[in-house]
Order: sequence, then structure tokens, then C-alpha cells
Amino acid sequence: MSIILEHVTVSYGRGAKRFDAARNVTLSVAEGEAFGLVGESGSGKSTVLRAVAGLIAHAEGRVELAGEAMGKRRTTAQRKMVQMVFQDPYGSLHPNQTVDQTLSMPIAIHRLGDADRRVSAALEEVGLGPQHRFRYPHQLSGGQRQRIAIARALILEPRILLLDEPTSALDVSVQAEILNLLSRLRREHGLTMLMVSHDLAVIAHLCDRIAVMNRGEIVETTTAEALAAGNVSNPYTQQLLRSNRGFDPSGGELDLLGSDAIR
Amino acid sequence: MQMRAWLLDPAPASRRQAQLGGWFRAWLAFRRNTLGMIGLGIVLLLIGVAAFAPLIVDPASALTQVLANRLQPSSWAHPFGTDELGRDILARVVFGARITLTIVVLVSLIVVPIGLAIGLPAGYFGGWIDAALMRFTDIFLAFPRLVLALAFAAALGPGIENAVIAIALTAWPPYARLARAETLTRRRSEFIQAAELQGASHLRIIATQIVPLCLPSVIIRLTLDMAGIILTAAGLGFLGLGAQPPSPEWGAMVSTGREVLLDQWWVATIPGLAIFVTSLGFNLLGDGLRDVSSGRG
Repeated sequence: MSIILEHVTVSYGRGAKRFDAARNVTLSVAEGEAFGLVGESGSGKSTVLRAVAGLIAHAEGRVELAGEAMGKRRTTAQRKMVQMVFQDPYGSLHPNQTVDQTLSMPIAIHRLGDADRRVSAALEEVGLGPQHRFRYPHQLSGGQRQRIAIARALILEPRILLLDEPTSALDVSVQAEILNLLSRLRREHGLTMLMVSHDLAVIAHLCDRIAVMNRGEIVETTTAEALAAGNVSNPYTQQLLRSNRGFDPSGGELDLLGSDAIR
Repeated sequence: MQMRAWLLDPAPASRRQAQLGGWFRAWLAFRRNTLGMIGLGIVLLLIGVAAFAPLIVDPASALTQVLANRLQPSSWAHPFGTDELGRDILARVVFGARITLTIVVLVSLIVVPIGLAIGLPAGYFGGWIDAALMRFTDIFLAFPRLVLALAFAAALGPGIENAVIAIALTAWPPYARLARAETLTRRRSEFIQAAELQGASHLRIIATQIVPLCLPSVIIRLTLDMAGIILTAAGLGFLGLGAQPPSPEWGAMVSTGREVLLDQWWVATIPGLAIFVTSLGFNLLGDGLRDVSSGRG
């Protein structure tokens, strides 16, 4: 198992003001599997993702990544193992740094060396070229920015990739490109993925198993096929399915342009 | 034209080209700001005058006393007249530019690092570190600036170095607050979280992610503050706590001219005008920089 969460609770505040953003979350993701977390805003899905990433400490329970239990503070080696792609490609890249600077920093932190080759390889991997290398984020489109964010996450060669609504800030056509890119990268690198989204179609496209969250708790764990077939037991999941208008129950066909095109 | 195309290339081929291109774009935006350009012209003129002072005027005439020649009005030999000891006022104003520039540069070099060193950790770490650092800053902010500078200058003894220290000690609190505010607005940004996730240390995040975002507003603030710094320096000089005679500091020159203000107005007015024009120049430059940076952001 690549990711194991056992009875994880994340809370803000103390005493009477304590609020549990995620409660008693238990899930496990196998090596190379893509696991989805769905739910509406405030359901705690992003909180769980951030606890796995180590951006917020979990109050209770146990987080185990690649066989290693995570403590309060992550070591540099543990950091390298888990990387994340954020929701907003406009906010997740430093506005005053070129692509080259953004991609070089993780190499410098982990003293990987050979920065020049690694940066150009990472760019190529996400479908960008040397012409994008010395641009600033404001000279790139939203889709290109998200590719840079993916390249930044992959440059450390992590085992686990966390995705926080990686397509929700993008146009529909660009969404498909990014999702196809992520599927390809997962195949090629054997990445374990944990993805958060409120969009059932997006989740079903990428993930094998899906957990539905509501008010900080997992209400149902199901598969993409079962969800697509409407074969769910929990009343909240049924409601969520109904509210996702436009979700095509025939399956997660999303290649609108059928392309992973370089722009 | 080729140079221009190279600088504005949307797909730069090297780190240097991207950097230079960024600066060139900022320059193009700034160039459209007329008042800002006037300010830049004045500041460049001040720097030029200070750098080439011995070539513009005879260094000896700034300090040599010719009592037979005292308090002369404007003439070909002395375009701005002479002061109460017969020294050429033009030469003194020109050499005074060096002193003013020295004060401004030294104060900046002290104020910005102190401001950043206090403001960045306060905004970044928050909690009790923030509370402690900001209360410390409030103590310095509570005193009126000139009064505190006077107290420091009086305690340290008169002189230009002490004037610089006194001004710097009173000028840093706004920079600390500015750096803290800028840090707070960026602290929760996703690119900071991404850097944390990559395993970047706090020091690395502050130095490589936050400082570059704070610096523009700090520099703009500094440029706008220059006028105040020059005036405070002149004020200390006027009260005899800054540069000491016979050094041609503008504030001290105004001070000696006040006794003869009615009959020989130029003795006090010319250095006063120099202070005025220089302050105006820095202010216009700062305004221009602020307009350009806010227009872009």
C-alpha cells in the first residue's frame, strides 16, 4: 500500500472552538493506483489532501506513505516522496520567477545536480519546449501554467502525486489535455495518485476507486464504474450524482480534442 | 531595433535575456510617465553633479575664505553669489550634493535591511514572534521622527555619521510594517505552499519567494521617503547637529544664511532651493515608480 490513512482527524482551534475539518478518515491507496475524493465545498476533501501532503498536521490517527509513518515534521527525503499539483495555476507559480527558476529550485533544495538537463527533461515530459523555459508565468496560458506546476511536482521524481482540483480553473478543452497528460504520466512513472475534485466526470476519468466525503467524513467508497452506472447505496452519493448535471453515465470519455497537443 | 526585438522576445533563450527583457518592459512602462521621468532626470542630475563635482567647480572655492569678497550678489565669477565668509555658493551647493547623496545612500543601506529583518519574520511566522517584533516597532513609531532623531543626534554627538545613524534609527519602522504586510498577503499563497512541499527551508522561502515580492514596494516607499530623509538631514544640519562647519551641507548653509536673509537672500535661498528640488525629484520618481508598479500588478 502506498498511502494508508487510519482514523485521521484534522481539526482547527481548541476546546469549545474546536472544529474537525476531517473526521476519522480511513482509506488506503495501492501502489500505482489513482484514488479520487469527491464532495462539495467544505466537505473536508482538500483538508485530507493537505494532511497527506504534510501541509497541515493531523491531530489524531496515522498517516503512512510508502510504508513510512509520517510524524509532525517531515524530513527532506519524505518531502521528496510526495508532491502536489494545486488548483489554481495562477496562484501556484511565483509571479516574478521564470519557469526555469521555478523548476530549478526543487533541484537545488534536494541537491540533485545536473539542473540544466533535468529542467529541459521535465519541460519535455509535460509537453512544453525550450521556448517556454525562460518565460514568466504571465507570458503563459492557464493550461501551460498547470503543465509547469505538474513539471515542478514531477521533477523530484515523487512516488505519490496529490492533485487538488487540478483542472477546475481551466477551460473545458484544456481540462481534457491536462487529464490526458496526468493519465499518461501515471502510466509511465507508475505514480500513485490521490485526486480531489467536485467534478464526478473528471474524477471518473482518472481514478479507479472513489471515496465520497460529506461534512468531514467518508460516507461511501465505491468504484468509478459503479458511480458511472449510478450503482451507489448512500443517499448523499445519490444526491451528489443527481446534482452533477452533465455527468455522462456511460463513462469518463473526456478526450474532446483527442489531443495532448503542444501549444 | 534588433536589440529591442531581442529584449521583447516572448520566448527568451536564456536566463539573462529573460531578466533584461523584464527590466526593459518595466522601463518602457515607466518612460510613459512624464512626471516620473522628470523625477528620474533630477535624481540622475544630482548623482552626476555629485560624481563630477571637482570638474564642475573649483574645489578650493567651496572652502577657501575670502573675507574681502563676502556676501557678494550674483556675478560672473560667483553665479550664486558668496556667503558670509566669501566662499562661492555654487561650489558649496555642488559639493553639498555629495553630502546629501552620502546621507541618502547610507540611510537606505541601514533602513532597508533592518526593516526587512524585522518585518519578514513577523509576517512569515506570525504568533508571538509577530507580536514581539511589532510591539518593538510600535515603540519606535510612537516618537515623532525629528524629535527622536534630534535626541539620538544630541546623545551621539554632532556629525554626519551620527546624523545618518539617528535618521536610520527613526526611519526603519514603516519599512518593517510594510514588509510584514506584504509578507502576510503572500504567506498563504499556493506557491509558498508548493515551496514548503518541496522541502524548502524557511530561510530559503523568505529569501527566494517573499523578498522579491516585497522589494518593489519597499524601494518605492524608500524613494518617496528620500525627501523626508533629506529634510531631516537638513534639519539636523540647520540645528547644528548634522554636518559640522566648514563642510558645505545644505541644511547648515541655510542656517548660516538666516542671519542675513533680508539683505543677502541668496545665501539661504540657494541651498534651500537645492533641498527643495532634490526632494521634489525623489518624490516624483517614487510616484512614477508606484504608478508603474500598481498599473502592472
